[in-house]
Amino acid sequence: MADSLTGAESLVRSLEHVGAEVVFGIPGGAILPAYDPLFDSKTVRHILVRHEQGGGHAAEGYAQATGKVGVCMATSGPGATNLVTPIADAYMDSVPIVAITGQVPSASIGTDAFQEADIVGITMPITKHNFLVQHVDEIPKTIAAAFHLASTGRPGPVLVDLPKDILQAQGSFSWPASLDLPGYHPTTRPHAKQVREAAKLIASAKRPVLYVGGGVLKARGSAQLRQLAELTGIPVVTTLMARGAFPDSHPHHLGMPGMHGTVAAVTALQKADLLITLGARFDDRVTGKLDSFAPHAAVIHADIDPAEIGKNRTADVPIVGDCRETIADLTVAVQELYTAGTRADITGWWKQVDGWRETYPLGYEEPTDGSLAPQHVITRLGQIAGPEAIYVSGVGQHQMWASQFISYENPYTWLNSGGAGTMGYSVPAAMGAKVGRPEATVWAIDGDGCFQMTNQELVTCAIEGIPIKVAVINNGNLGMVRQWQTLFYGGRYSNTNLQSKRIPDFVKLADAMGCVGLRCETKGDVDATIEKAMAIDDMPVVVDFVVGEDAMVWPMVAAGTSNDEILAARDTRPVWGEDDV
Amino acid sequence: MAVTRHTLSVLVEDKPGVLARVAALFSRRGFNIESLAVGPTEHATVSRMTIAVAVEDLPLEQVIKQLNKLVNVLKIVELDPSASVQRELVLIKVRADLTTRSHVLETVQLFRAKVVDVATDAVTVEATGTAEKLAALIKVLEPFGIRELVQSGMVAVGRGPRSMTGSELRLRSAS
Repeated sequence: MADSLTGAESLVRSLEHVGAEVVFGIPGGAILPAYDPLFDSKTVRHILVRHEQGGGHAAEGYAQATGKVGVCMATSGPGATNLVTPIADAYMDSVPIVAITGQVPSASIGTDAFQEADIVGITMPITKHNFLVQHVDEIPKTIAAAFHLASTGRPGPVLVDLPKDILQAQGSFSWPASLDLPGYHPTTRPHAKQVREAAKLIASAKRPVLYVGGGVLKARGSAQLRQLAELTGIPVVTTLMARGAFPDSHPHHLGMPGMHGTVAAVTALQKADLLITLGARFDDRVTGKLDSFAPHAAVIHADIDPAEIGKNRTADVPIVGDCRETIADLTVAVQELYTAGTRADITGWWKQVDGWRETYPLGYEEPTDGSLAPQHVITRLGQIAGPEAIYVSGVGQHQMWASQFISYENPYTWLNSGGAGTMGYSVPAAMGAKVGRPEATVWAIDGDGCFQMTNQELVTCAIEGIPIKVAVINNGNLGMVRQWQTLFYGGRYSNTNLQSKRIPDFVKLADAMGCVGLRCETKGDVDATIEKAMAIDDMPVVVDFVVGEDAMVWPMVAAGTSNDEILAARDTRPVWGEDDV
Repeated sequence: MAVTRHTLSVLVEDKPGVLARVAALFSRRGFNIESLAVGPTEHATVSRMTIAVAVEDLPLEQVIKQLNKLVNVLKIVELDPSASVQRELVLIKVRADLTTRSHVLETVQLFRAKVVDVATDAVTVEATGTAEKLAALIKVLEPFGIRELVQSGMVAVGRGPRSMTGSELRLRSAS
């Protein structure tokens, strides 16, 4: 039965219907009607953020930590455009969020009205889909469609733009019994014939690698992945977006591939005769120079998005479908072949892989200038906070070290901005993760550059009771850019020195924002400082870890070069025997 | 791999912004649209776009997959020129005074085009046909002096009794 209510009331009721628990947003003129009924909602909590970008990343962090759809809200014009970066970020990393924006009244659209921006046009290339609602009665079905689109198939951001007059109009509310999306039919069931073909390749490959991407996490397929890996005994690599999908402590795990991947992971892909690609997309940061990537390998490519298959690398066996179902089906199909006696011996392959792993383990050199090693801080943080904590990084050196030196044992404990590489992601995403998983310890691991982009959300955390912890890995520089200047620009440090060891004083800044501020400058203090931060659970904590500026991320494959050119450390190129392949 | 001209027939939901979504997708993925025509179909809620694009085979597959991801796109069919009828329309305002008019009219007749407007020193010629036929007509009229030329995007339909908007779509719009 249809009730009569305003568009704004209809919006809030729709959010309640889809089960949205929390909205991160900031009100303003055009969205204001929505905030009135939101004030009364019993089930939707609104968290008043300090910048819309923070609201968008918080929605992402919430979504990535919980698997549910994150929601952010902003007003028209600049409010909406401030959401553009998190929306683009969510698009690149396939994060299910719904952004709700106010728009100027319908009659003013196109007149360059105050706070008008064509946000539907602006976000067209960075959303999975977006809507401009044109009638009050369309609100329920649009919200229902938005949440469905965001969370199904390949997840992604969806924006709903609501003109102010539509929010104010009187209309009828009726929740749609079915969705009107005739052009949207994601394929989730993998094709049985393709699965059988893939199983044949898996059972007969002599040098196979399971190349695991973020799609496995999106499909909630970690348990199935472990079964397949343990059945086959095939080495596993997890991309930056898939860290935690397979336990780091597992003996089959070679770590992360790509530009800053382990020598074993990168080399195993290069020497493989079969890539079993699961929810990964052959990103340039993984493949290096594409035409020299894994040159000997046949490719099985399983992804829910058919457009990813064959986009960068031709697939010998494409499988379109949900990764969890695909992996489960593959496990059954491979088991059948094993039972029938088809199983290639991969012990020789493991011998090679283990050789790379033993010769080139991840590591770092202690700084010779007596400064604190950032890698040590991050290693200890991971050990003390443990594998149940959620780690949320910014973008840059600290992100790579956090991926390398923390042992991820559980899915959804590693959140970062992988595809877009959005500096400033960490603090607000950690806030969103903590809202979604309040029982978990959430550590933002941020750089001093990133931290200065979005730290204002610590005010939100302090006021709203969201006690996240922030480790600022403060080397006073835009560290990753500086590393490239060291390696590729002859050490000319143009505009990378932020001087943030002096200004701002992060301890005072933390204090000013209602957080506990701590500082650690020596190796001897690292454990005690982390433990002190761990002991505080009623306030956000910021720890300023003052570290050396010369530490670099290794291994490294320089951008645009072949993965064969990987350097284990500066000037250290791994040596492979002639008989390796 | 050779760059060839491909004709895509794309059925889309008749909703605001759909043309922008399709056009923007082509441009941001680096594909150049040679011609595009949009219009209604026999289904009230469905529009049809005919898109001609010059592209290699592999990127074409990618653009079709990306188009298919657009929520408002219902169906895409690539039309083989040999198994489809492809037509464009051109209106040409060509100089034609007393001395040249009869020559112009003769040319128009040869191409089975027609004159749709006459002025003292010009005629406007309407012609439909394949891109090749129209190019030939333009070439022949050029010496007389073309004052203005406007050409439509290509529309195309598969030969034979089968309909691309077939039962699948009818069922969907009925449900």
